[in-house]
Amino acid sequence: MNTDLQNEPKSLIECQDVSLAFRNGKATQQVLRALNLKVTEGQIVTLLGPSGCGKSTLLRVIAGLIDCDSGSVTIRGSDVSKKMPMKVRHEISFVFQESALLPWRTVWQNVVLPLEIRGQLHEGSCRSRCEELLEIVGFAKSDWNKLPSQLSGGMKMRASIARAMSTSPKVLLLDEPFAALDDILRSKLNDLLLTISAQRQCTMLFVTHNIAEAIYLSNQIAIMSRGMIAQTLDVPFAFPRNEKLRSSSQFAAYYGIVAEGLIASAQATQAIEKEIA
Amino acid sequence: MKPFARQLATIASPFLLFVLVAIVWHVVVQIFSIPKIILPSPLAVVQALWEEKWILLSASWITLKAAAVGLVCSAIFGSLIAVLFSQSSLLRVALYPYVIFLQTVPIVAIAPLLIIWSGNNFRTIVLVAVIISIFPVISNVTSGLLSINENLRDLFRMQGATRWQMLIKLRIPSALSQLILGLRVSSGLSVIGAIVAEFFVGNSGEYDGLGTIMTARQALLRTPELMAALIACTLLGIALFGLVNLLGATVLRRWTKTDGFESE
Repeated sequence: MNTDLQNEPKSLIECQDVSLAFRNGKATQQVLRALNLKVTEGQIVTLLGPSGCGKSTLLRVIAGLIDCDSGSVTIRGSDVSKKMPMKVRHEISFVFQESALLPWRTVWQNVVLPLEIRGQLHEGSCRSRCEELLEIVGFAKSDWNKLPSQLSGGMKMRASIARAMSTSPKVLLLDEPFAALDDILRSKLNDLLLTISAQRQCTMLFVTHNIAEAIYLSNQIAIMSRGMIAQTLDVPFAFPRNEKLRSSSQFAAYYGIVAEGLIASAQATQAIEKEIA
Repeated sequence: MKPFARQLATIASPFLLFVLVAIVWHVVVQIFSIPKIILPSPLAVVQALWEEKWILLSASWITLKAAAVGLVCSAIFGSLIAVLFSQSSLLRVALYPYVIFLQTVPIVAIAPLLIIWSGNNFRTIVLVAVIISIFPVISNVTSGLLSINENLRDLFRMQGATRWQMLIKLRIPSALSQLILGLRVSSGLSVIGAIVAEFFVGNSGEYDGLGTIMTARQALLRTPELMAALIACTLLGIALFGLVNLLGATVLRRWTKTDGFESE
């Protein structure tokens, strides 16, 4: 028994029976229903589901931005569902749906902001890390002093990713970061994310409603429906992945499986819901 | 219409309308031989404006100083009050009714009282200008400090930012464009406040602003000069408004550009 536990890969994020309801006056809306999720260290896990299924809310609960009503969330073994210890907080980064750059700060000032808040900006290693990151995400040195308003949507998102990585987080939470971008840009940024995750050994939890993106990026897809994880699928493609994978017949076939899974999950959760009611 | 023609029309049509009204005005005054005391002809007003140009200029300068000092005080104290309001909801709830009181108090009614307390001087004029112009600053800056972008707030929270860091690095920069918006409204109000206060200060010789000149001309039934002073008042208001706009455009160029958190 003991050896089994040791062989099992360590789960970095663990959600157990997490429930949450939004109250608006007398009306209550159950957003998360006794949800269970495990994210293994070093993996990329995607939360896939239709809009309104609670995937962004779950991400915010894990990030400690929203408190859940019941259940527990543990990150690297410490319970964060009530109050997140600063040590854990400093190991998590968040990439927002819109790039969420401060419009009055230049690209560089935006990227170093998290370090500035933590008071680590004077550390030389931090500065060189930021410089390196800006290079990796594709900023020419001449663009470091540009304001967000001078950047295209794709470049803003690149800066946003660099900012999230500037603190070398162990966990990166991404809330539909590429939803507003066109397909070509989206696939380029997907590749960028894969590069970063391989280089920095960062565990990622990625929220999307785009099936192709979910398959291409992740080790595991958790299909969400009505506040529950309806199904988890292990993606059968090896890393490193590249553009060729997208056009392969296996990819298309697997796309079909995931799409079917989405539909089946919606029906299954609907049935459960009726049963409860 | 071609672009050039349209542009010409935008500039020329208000001007033409002005000329037309002036002509009608002049003709009406001539035909009905209306006495100068009731309604002087536009020519008489222009003549008065020319004859009194030095008096009006120096009076405008005095009033402008009072209004500008009042506006700056409103900007500084209004912003400080707004920062306090943003940091304590208790303070906000306790004090907001009195701030609204500042907005609704009839300035004409309290100006005499302030003169009794503070005297026939520059300080009183500034005080009235501040009382009338501080509300838009407080209200705009408070809402600017409180209604920050949710994602940006979460970004700071996730890094464990302190209240102070949140205020200095996020709330205040976010609220700067709101401050400019408030000051635009306040600029007109501060001129009104200064002139109204000057009405009450009277022509005691200690102080000679546009308002004092107007009460003096009115007492002597010198209507053309009164109307000339009125034109000076209007120009003064426009000048201060323009100044604030210019300041806003130059200082806050990076703020007023597109939001940065909008996707394209």
